[in-house]
Amino acid sequence: MRFLAAASLSTALFFSGCARNGPASSNEASTVKASSERKPAPDFTLKDADGKNVSLADYKGKVVLLNFWATWCGPCKVEIPWFVEFEKQYKDKGFAVLGVAMDEEGWEIVRPYIQEKKVNYRVLVGNDSTAELYGGVASLPTTFLIDREGRIASTHVGLVSKSDYQNEINELVEKTHAGRSGAGAVPVAAFAVGAAK
Amino acid sequence: MLTVAEPAKVSLRRETPVTVPLTVSLKDGYHVNSTTPPDPYLIPLKLTWDEALVKVEKTDFPKPLMQKFEFSEKPLSVYEGSFDIKTTLRAPKTAATGPNVLVAKLRYQACSNTACLPPKTVEVKVPVVIQ
Repeated sequence: MRFLAAASLSTALFFSGCARNGPASSNEASTVKASSERKPAPDFTLKDADGKNVSLADYKGKVVLLNFWATWCGPCKVEIPWFVEFEKQYKDKGFAVLGVAMDEEGWEIVRPYIQEKKVNYRVLVGNDSTAELYGGVASLPTTFLIDREGRIASTHVGLVSKSDYQNEINELVEKTHAGRSGAGAVPVAAFAVGAAK
Repeated sequence: MLTVAEPAKVSLRRETPVTVPLTVSLKDGYHVNSTTPPDPYLIPLKLTWDEALVKVEKTDFPKPLMQKFEFSEKPLSVYEGSFDIKTTLRAPKTAATGPNVLVAKLRYQACSNTACLPPKTVEVKVPVVIQ
């Protein structure tokens, strides 16, 4: 598996709006896009560690932190313990972390790594097609926060601060969770088939 | 991100070792792992030569930097900026004489302080004359 060479135009441009390439920032308000500006998150199906097919559409109605990463990526390693914590903290509020590992060697190297890091969220092994749906994913980590309607609410390219993620998750989870509790309605997800161009 | 300067033409006398330098340059703000990164998951810098024409006697990489990054708890063994990799090659006595081209492949994986790029292999062609 290779990353797309044509992906030199960063994912930040593809899903313009909230992506940042610079060093970590913190103590700032959530940077999620307004609902009207969010594009549908392209759907994909990949295998998990048990060989089971998993689609992004399976997560309809949930807030999803979709993280593209690799075992050889140092900055990705910093974020993994945060994501483990987020999975624990927010899973009862309709939130899930979904990791997509972009290692060429696949499960042979990814499986021992996630066991070693005690990763408690679902990890899939990605491929060029999946990366292409998300603008090529030229740099890792690249992370998308997807709202309950299956739309991309924010994009981060490179390492950002834990508090940036936390602010955004809070906004997406708390607001909609409160809304759901009152209405009892399950939002309809709008996961897109094909690239969100 | 990483470029290798076009190598000068090399004259090789059969059975006589010759050192061929390759000058590697990295874009500012980026580094590559050295040949011996401290973490087994990191991808090392690796230079290989097509040995159909010549044999590699040794490859000398410069001393790596021990550098700490925003994402690393401990310093990592890396290269930044511009550096030379020197390979000592020997043409066997059976080597065909005349002009030819040697091919080397440099595999690397580059990162900045906050993000990493996928591993890549760059092919380098070195013009030679074997005597």
